[in-house]
Amino acid sequence: MAKKPVTFTLNGAERAAFADDGENLLQFLRRGVGDLGPKYGCGQGSCGACTVLVDGAPHLSCLMLAEAVAGRRVETVSGLARDGALHPLQEAFMDGFAAQCGYCTPGMLMAAKALLDRNPRPSRDEVVEAIGGNLCRCTGYAPIIEAILAAAERRATA
Amino acid sequence: MALHRGRGFAAINYPIGMNLGGDPSQALVHSNPEGKFTVALSSIDLGQGMKSVTRQIAAETLGVPVEDVYVDTADSDTGPHCMGSFASRGTHRVGNAVIEAAQEARAVMLEAAAEELEVDAGDLVTDGRGSIHVKGAPSRAITTMAACQAAQFRQGRTVSGRGIFLIPLSEVDPDTGEMTPVSCFAHAAMLVEVEVDDETGEVRVLDMQSAYEVGRALNPRLVEQQLVGGAWMGMSHAAWETTEPRYPDRAHGPVDFNSYLMPGPGDIAPHHISVLERPAPDGPFGGKGPGEMCANPVLPAVCNAVYDAVGVRIDELPVTPEKVLRGIRANGGARPRGRL
Repeated sequence: MAKKPVTFTLNGAERAAFADDGENLLQFLRRGVGDLGPKYGCGQGSCGACTVLVDGAPHLSCLMLAEAVAGRRVETVSGLARDGALHPLQEAFMDGFAAQCGYCTPGMLMAAKALLDRNPRPSRDEVVEAIGGNLCRCTGYAPIIEAILAAAERRATA
Repeated sequence: MALHRGRGFAAINYPIGMNLGGDPSQALVHSNPEGKFTVALSSIDLGQGMKSVTRQIAAETLGVPVEDVYVDTADSDTGPHCMGSFASRGTHRVGNAVIEAAQEARAVMLEAAAEELEVDAGDLVTDGRGSIHVKGAPSRAITTMAACQAAQFRQGRTVSGRGIFLIPLSEVDPDTGEMTPVSCFAHAAMLVEVEVDDETGEVRVLDMQSAYEVGRALNPRLVEQQLVGGAWMGMSHAAWETTEPRYPDRAHGPVDFNSYLMPGPGDIAPHHISVLERPAPDGPFGGKGPGEMCANPVLPAVCNAVYDAVGVRIDELPVTPEKVLRGIRANGGARPRGRL
């Protein structure tokens, strides 16, 4: 199988790795690059566990070809914490008990980050819409919605 | 076409654990060279908080800071036996096993401390902050770390303990049919308000109010988290999720999220919860366990609310718009109970 070199930016650092022909971004990140942050949930774009940001916008990495990120900026949950300090969203998720089994959490965090990056003070409805493509089995969503609102609030008043 | 509101109520007694040949769980506790403790369990944490709550229980019993306890559930081959994380049994069964194991380890730790301090172990107390001292004489002290290290490196003792909690199999009395399968019940009551569209058959849950009696809430935030999430899972089973066609139909099997309906964050309803604490006599620090009970009362409450709203008695889950519409049609129209 032909392999193609893909050069891109992962969480602020230049990376290059070989992608198999037709390999999707999720597999590429997990197996090729070794970033286990994005999760494989359904593999068909229904659950959102694999959500990553490409040039700041949320994408389902299981539905995207790896080579499509050549020259682009990819962000995953692995890059959220900086210099040992958790991202405000991670803090809010922790404080708000917004994770149980944790499998949806990487996707939820990235969908939420995309929202707060372009809309720092979202309404509750806007939060619901932003994570509308992310399924969660454990939490009943309410703690996740509250945590995202709390992170926005905290950032605004900080 | 009209929207009809209805309210439905359900209450449950929920048995903690199961009784299929005895229901045991084991725990092993030991101290490490740095004076911290490892609790070995085969009781898996699925996100419900097994590791957190057993860590609290171990620390409380040992008399050490919670930061000094690590719970290892890594391997059910090498760990002590546990029946498993189901039947809402974790806190109750495993918690009791952890208490027994931690008590045994604590006794050795205090004997080691007594030998170092040249006092009687019966006169020693722990302060829960990492120190052991003579009752009434706080300066006559040794750290738990120093005591555990002395045990290992000077005295040749293992600061360790074994624990098991077993609810034995309850045989059925052949004459009366009586048995005692359960030692501990949790309780819940749930009131839901729904809105039913008599044109589309759609059911929307507007509000949920509940009271859950969980014994002592050993970790109140984890209890609340489980109740919020578990009740919504119940709601999801009431209105959306189904594994039809059911076993033994040969078409029964895994499907994908295109055909398996799961609610998203836009589908939730406000849920007002009261947690009632009535410590269980045989529970660890009085704890029972919310577990499956979070979800159970929602399903009958929703069915009752639909009946209240449009007079349709749904007796097979989930409550789909089709079933509601067929029921309304069979009745010759919506029959809100309020107007009967």
